[in-house]
Amino acid sequence: MSDTGPAAPNRWKRFSDWDERPLRLDNFAIEDPANGFAAMAGAKDPKPGVKLSGHRIVELDGVPEADFDMIDLFIARHHMDPEVAEEAMATPSIEAARMLVDMNVPREELTRLARGMSPAKLAEVVAHLSAMEIAFAYSKMRARKTPGNQAHVTNAKDDPLQLAADAAIAVAFGFDEIETTMRVSRNAWSNALACCVGAAVGRAGTLFQCSSEEAEELQIGMRGFTSYAETVSVYGTEKAFIDGDDTPWSKAWLTAAYASRGIKMRCTSGAASELLMGFHESKSLLYLEARCLCMQRAMGAQGTQNGGIDGAPLAATIPGGVRELMAENLIAVWLDLECASGNDARASESEVRIGAKILPYLIGGSDLICSGFGSILKYDNSFNPSLFNGEELEEYLVLQRDFEADGGLTPVEEARALDVRRRGVEALSSVFDELRLGKVDAAMKASVIAASGSRETESFVPGQVADISEAIKARGITVVDVIKALERRGFHEEAENLLSLVKLRVSGDYLQTSAVVRDNHVISAVNDPNDYGGPGSGYRLSPQRRAEIAAIRDVLDRDEVLRAEATYEAAEAGRIAYRSMGPARPGNDAKEVVIGLSPAFGLKLFRTLAGHPLSRVLKAIVAGIEEKGGTARIVRMHHTADTSFLGLSAARLSGSGIGIGLQAKGTAVIHHKERLPHNNLELFSNAPITSLDHYLGLGRNAAVYAAGNMPEPVVVPTDGEALGARFHARVALIYAIETGLTGDGAAPEEIAVEFTGGKP
Amino acid sequence: MNDEPKLSIEDYPLAEKRPELVRGRRGKGISEITLDAVMAGEASMADLTITPEMLRSQADIARAAGRSRLAENFERAAEMVDVPQQVIMQVYELLRPGRAKSAADLTAMAQTLRADYKAERLARFLEEAAAVYEKRGLYTFRY
Repeated sequence: MSDTGPAAPNRWKRFSDWDERPLRLDNFAIEDPANGFAAMAGAKDPKPGVKLSGHRIVELDGVPEADFDMIDLFIARHHMDPEVAEEAMATPSIEAARMLVDMNVPREELTRLARGMSPAKLAEVVAHLSAMEIAFAYSKMRARKTPGNQAHVTNAKDDPLQLAADAAIAVAFGFDEIETTMRVSRNAWSNALACCVGAAVGRAGTLFQCSSEEAEELQIGMRGFTSYAETVSVYGTEKAFIDGDDTPWSKAWLTAAYASRGIKMRCTSGAASELLMGFHESKSLLYLEARCLCMQRAMGAQGTQNGGIDGAPLAATIPGGVRELMAENLIAVWLDLECASGNDARASESEVRIGAKILPYLIGGSDLICSGFGSILKYDNSFNPSLFNGEELEEYLVLQRDFEADGGLTPVEEARALDVRRRGVEALSSVFDELRLGKVDAAMKASVIAASGSRETESFVPGQVADISEAIKARGITVVDVIKALERRGFHEEAENLLSLVKLRVSGDYLQTSAVVRDNHVISAVNDPNDYGGPGSGYRLSPQRRAEIAAIRDVLDRDEVLRAEATYEAAEAGRIAYRSMGPARPGNDAKEVVIGLSPAFGLKLFRTLAGHPLSRVLKAIVAGIEEKGGTARIVRMHHTADTSFLGLSAARLSGSGIGIGLQAKGTAVIHHKERLPHNNLELFSNAPITSLDHYLGLGRNAAVYAAGNMPEPVVVPTDGEALGARFHARVALIYAIETGLTGDGAAPEEIAVEFTGGKP
Repeated sequence: MNDEPKLSIEDYPLAEKRPELVRGRRGKGISEITLDAVMAGEASMADLTITPEMLRSQADIARAAGRSRLAENFERAAEMVDVPQQVIMQVYELLRPGRAKSAADLTAMAQTLRADYKAERLARFLEEAAAVYEKRGLYTFRY
């Protein structure tokens, strides 16, 4: 190569742009089935197959009984239904896959078949489905009809006051379950009591769990503070299970133990945990997860927290990994388990990937769409950031509204949010005082009530929390003590709410599959079964629920736009006077530029979308025209509000043949009388970013055209703002005000304008 | 247990459809467990506890809804209600890998459950685990 001239490009700079995107922080891994990096097609995934001897399973997915590991044994003995196994295993997988997406095949027929299917069979069937088919089948197969959601409520200081406030606000947003955990494990009792009190504000029946060490979690449950658990994890290979220090029998024991104490529980499993633990046996994420799910049904758990969970970020690095997460959730509901469907650990730094991940669950519904929506800020999440967090919660509310989909949440007005937080903080402070657990001063309360996150609070410090937690544990304080304390301090509604929650454990109604509490009633797969059978069936938004979802904050309406304009009217009155001079006539001044105003310009509307007073805009255009030796004449149009026709009609009245069309919202055009309506000379279509200098330039150029010359067009630079999203609702409302003043064939009106004061 | 017809999904939720059947550990009916009773010291944690009867009723309902495995779990749980917390945790610990030194540890515990708590299902469950652990070498001490 010669050393003269510019260097040859060595990179398309778009890649440098992409390097700066949050996406590039995400890891991606190559598919490597031998090393466990395979979503659905593992190197050593077995072929489905079951052999029976009488009612005994003697071979499962290619493994003879003599070689069964403990997982095979548990599945063969407790999951596989010998009555159905032969029929189910003989059903071709592609046919079973089609049944899953066939609205005419009832859910019960499919759950019956699943009881006779081996893990490899279940995995093979769902692998036939595309992502869209999986989403549809999931929506059809999930157990409870009404969708719900679960929140994480934690903070970086384990501050009980903030836990109470954040639990109360999570309840207000409509979460059916809230889950806490600790930065410091000995704070478990304090966290449990604080969330339990906060969750009693405003509504009864929000289930609550405190994720901690197994024995302690059960003890906390027995004192009545918690009502559910989901920490019973299972794994898909024997070695991973043993490495997790458990067996299917030890976990099944715990499953029964929770029920025996009247506490709802679900198991947890998710793709890639075996891969993370180093014991994947060269099997795919999906096959291992199918084993986990068969085990959970076999254990008699009512449900599962499933869909990647802690392994979701790893699953998402693999080709097809996110589709696999959906597929494992489908197996869970096909096995008739409640599914708290992941959408939990934040699987990407890319907000596009996050939004895409949630969509199938949002529009299809799920028993608990997120098995931990971060209702608090990311840095306060003691589990790790969630897919959605306090930062993005409002976006989730809008997604519900966009798709008219029930994501389980309801918008909360600002004033109510503050009330609810105050109530939570006051209730807990009173309980602490009544039970001599701690003193809370006004400054602590105020800082917590207002705080978005723990970095803004002046509240309990970790050492104090540990003392509080120890006291609750050591003194044997129970939920009954808390209920009494609330009642004695005048928190009657909270005392009633908390008692009604604890009473759930007497009947055990909420131990059934997919149970949550709505309006003081337990709803579950038993009394609210998903009956989807095509359009018009299954879950539908009621008019009332639709109205709740639609009620996000700061929505525009016509009256508000008019009110806002009215506040500018007075100011404009001091700057400009419009005087009617009768019907406009064609001009014959060859230097003339006619400015055609829209019908509401200066009459009902007084500023452009960029916020410029209309008087200033008009003054700038007139100044530009005059600066280049032109003459400005102003006409108001009554037959149209359309920019092109405002401009063209003005041009046809103009002695030079050049006219400017100007809408009140600031859109402007230069037109020539001989041109087609939409083939203008220059157009300012982006009114929100058009400055007064641009209007000045527009005036100058119009005068130059009038003189028969061709100027350099004025360009309004854009940074790619989504101006439609930012302005079009207002534009449509404003434009309707303009068109409301038009009349067919109404003649243009000559206007004399006087600029009456102030600087331009 | 008794000759009454088994409960069905029509009886669910029990607290609403069959409140007369719902009683806490000390026999107090669900309608008697009120805030006033709590304040007067007449209702305590013991009244806010599930009973074996309720768990068996929920098992009937689960079975009627086509969920036999869930029903079996509720039936195991019914046997566990009277097992003290520390025994429950002791058995849990024994079921974890490498805790029991031999099948005998588990079968002895099974006998205790059978003898002391009439927990036949739980005993059989432990005996099944004892055989599986033997086969899979789970009695090996883990450091």
